[in-house]
Amino acid sequence: MSTATASAPSSSDSKKTLRNAVIRFAGNSQDGIQSIGGFLARLAGRTAQEVMTYMTIPSTISGGPSIFQVHLGSGEVLTAGDEADVLVAFYQHSYDSHFGALRQGGICLYDSGEVKEIKHERGVFHIGIPFTAATVEAIGGSAKDRGKNMFVLGLIVAVFNLDKEKLVGIISRQFGKKDESVLRNALLAFDAGYAYQIGDIEKFVLAPGEADSGHRISTDGNQMLSMGLLAAGVRYGAAYPITPWSSIMETLRSELPKYGGIFVQAEDELAAVSMAIGEAFAGHLAMTGSSGPGLSLKMEALGYASMAELPLIVVNVQRGGPSTGLPTSVEQSDLMQAIYGSHGDTPRFVLAPKDVEDCFYIALEAGRIARKYSSPVIILSDQALSSRIEAFEEPDIDKHWVEPTLDLSPRAVDWKPYPLDKTTQHAPPGTKMAAGKYPHISGLEHDEWGHPSGNAKMHQQMTQKRRQKLLDAAAEFPVPEIHGDTTGDALIIAWGSAWGPAKEACERLRSEGHKVSAANLRHLHPLPNALDGMLAGFKNVVCVEMNDYGAYGYGQLATLLRAKYADPKIKSVCKTDGLAFRVREIVTGVEKHLAATKA
Amino acid sequence: MSNAVATSEVPVASDAPAIEKVTKKALTADHPTWCPGCGDFAVLAMFYRVLEKLQIPQEKIVVVAGIGCSSRFPYFMNTHSLHFIHGRALPLATGVSLSRPDVHVFVFGGDGDGFSIGGNHLNHAARKNIKLTYIIMDNFVYGLTKNQTSPTTPIGRKSKTDPTGSVDRPINPMKQLLASGATFIARTHAAQVKHMEEIFTRAIQHDGFSVVECLSECVMFYPGAFDDSWPKKGGAWETIDETQHDVTDDIAAFKLADNLAPGKFGVYYQVNRPTKNELEQKWIDDTQAKLGAVSQKDILKKRFEAMR
Repeated sequence: MSTATASAPSSSDSKKTLRNAVIRFAGNSQDGIQSIGGFLARLAGRTAQEVMTYMTIPSTISGGPSIFQVHLGSGEVLTAGDEADVLVAFYQHSYDSHFGALRQGGICLYDSGEVKEIKHERGVFHIGIPFTAATVEAIGGSAKDRGKNMFVLGLIVAVFNLDKEKLVGIISRQFGKKDESVLRNALLAFDAGYAYQIGDIEKFVLAPGEADSGHRISTDGNQMLSMGLLAAGVRYGAAYPITPWSSIMETLRSELPKYGGIFVQAEDELAAVSMAIGEAFAGHLAMTGSSGPGLSLKMEALGYASMAELPLIVVNVQRGGPSTGLPTSVEQSDLMQAIYGSHGDTPRFVLAPKDVEDCFYIALEAGRIARKYSSPVIILSDQALSSRIEAFEEPDIDKHWVEPTLDLSPRAVDWKPYPLDKTTQHAPPGTKMAAGKYPHISGLEHDEWGHPSGNAKMHQQMTQKRRQKLLDAAAEFPVPEIHGDTTGDALIIAWGSAWGPAKEACERLRSEGHKVSAANLRHLHPLPNALDGMLAGFKNVVCVEMNDYGAYGYGQLATLLRAKYADPKIKSVCKTDGLAFRVREIVTGVEKHLAATKA
Repeated sequence: MSNAVATSEVPVASDAPAIEKVTKKALTADHPTWCPGCGDFAVLAMFYRVLEKLQIPQEKIVVVAGIGCSSRFPYFMNTHSLHFIHGRALPLATGVSLSRPDVHVFVFGGDGDGFSIGGNHLNHAARKNIKLTYIIMDNFVYGLTKNQTSPTTPIGRKSKTDPTGSVDRPINPMKQLLASGATFIARTHAAQVKHMEEIFTRAIQHDGFSVVECLSECVMFYPGAFDDSWPKKGGAWETIDETQHDVTDDIAAFKLADNLAPGKFGVYYQVNRPTKNELEQKWIDDTQAKLGAVSQKDILKKRFEAMR
């Protein structure tokens, strides 16, 4: 929350400058509240402001309560906000469910045609506006209430004095491709909302953005991951639809033809990973993706990819589990599955992006590792990253672009598919072999030529050869990003979307005088060797994760760190309510561990 | 490897015959691990012969298999080859075929791989009409795991998993394939060398998903399984007369497949339908034509501009 937050209204004309504002829209999924949030996020991106959004979607086909929360800020925005400054309630049920999310003295704008009972609590300032009736009036009877999201957007732009002109430009571009009447109706509703006489309410001005100049974009994590895969040189892939992964495959399916590539919708998860392995064997950097249950189905074939040493990127957009679990909620409970799932000793790499922007760079890193070590690489994204919108610097494509390669040059006489003394680099079909001897790619334990070998010594040597990739990578991986000092009472460690709130919690704890730092882990398997020295400087290491404490009281990353370092100072703050971490949950959890060690 | 030239271009398909002569000797790799007398030896020998006849460049031959006795096939081929997991050879081969139009993809496997654990993949590879050739070496039994019932085991046959005789209705491979949408469907017999040669050749020359059920006896666990269609063992060998059977008529093919014990051998069905390979390439060509002369890097940059 902000240092100068909105306060209860005093006079009608004063405009108070804010450094950030959290607005929660609560309605039903078909009301188009996501698009209100999307427009605000885009606007923030274009006015150098920071933004983060958060949404919940019902897992039903159509309808059901849904929210979209936008956190706009002039400085760094790390979370979607613990509490809302403004609640926009479309229905009585939205009001009842989300009134509690409003901060003391916040503002509630509600549809007076729908919300009949309001609570006079915590100094909340209520403003009833007939969203539905006013929209119908503005557009004309036939439109019914479609467009009330645009009416509400107009209201918000007026309340926060946002850049109306820029926003109209964004709206026009968005609807410009459709029928003329669509844009006209959208603007009619928007203008009606903008001009609506709210009455005695304080208006706010959001301080100008502090973000770097240059081109800024605003989008969600699944889009950035898709773009990252394209930049990394991925031209082939296959997958099966599953929430919240599907939008990546939809994007790649429609984008890849432009790049001469093909993304296949497979009949199931097993076929999807098999097709992608086929594309990898064919000499391409290929990918597949899914969410937790689908990753489980891919596991046998992933074991094959480790054994046959084929490069492959596998995206897992985690959701609440096990089984169908909470398909539209966030969780980070697939870490163990990602590292250790499958049968036998299956060395593979596991990475996690820390925010929406990083989804792009993590895809590049996954591509680099997959090629270098000829190995499967799993990217663990999560539902929160997949759908939330952030604004950030546009990536420099010239700098990061990786040209796809297909190496069909003839292989020399001494070339072997599985050399014991170096990392495997396969010769794809179409390659001529100078020795006249062609390679076998095998899931059976094999000798250096890929011939089946049940020889005990060979299995040990090959297992060691495959393990060596992890050891080499651990030595090569960069030092994890640390926020704060290199010594102190506690180091908070977070991965994936938990990093934003963990970093903000760290800042809050530091402002309260605690000697706390925070580190983000992007490379989860193998852990970078550089982590060893980092932990040494702290009395406590607290892993913040959205997964369960399990049988022994520790989250999944904490369990791994305890296994590696055998150090009782490694502790956990876990949760499994299907929602992103609130900053205060982490603050409280870390304080508890600090108190326990001081006592 | 030092003079490796990596390109981003996937070579296009070509019918150019091999420059260096493709011989059986060049194609031969490990000695097969099959039991003496196994029908699969004849299938392998015939595959060498047909490849020799067609002169497909050696480096462009890709042999893929799943798990089973017959799926050991790749190790016996001195070509690019991949031995995959049980039942998933077809989707893997789909990935190779779609992403590499310049290579020839062959899939070998048994009845368990094709009709049981990989049954769903057979349906989908067939309906998508993926350009590849799939030879199912059907022995009516699980041999590698030593005599369990298979999806094509006849009712009443005893096995380790059906000690009093199989009770489940076996799959009719021809009907199954007809329903799935395969564009070349044929049936042959490992003991009928000339017939096998003709069918393999036609399957390979078919532009689309071609699948051949090849009865191949397991001498260890199901000896005599195919004697009823083997004249030398007193059976009746009957082939399809294509002057009487219209191979483009799926209803007629379905009727022809009514009784496969022992039934007729030959091409049940063959039609031309666009392959997924062609249809995807057409989408790529149309999309790229619309974009005009623009680099891939610029396409991505434009995409980011739209997010500003």
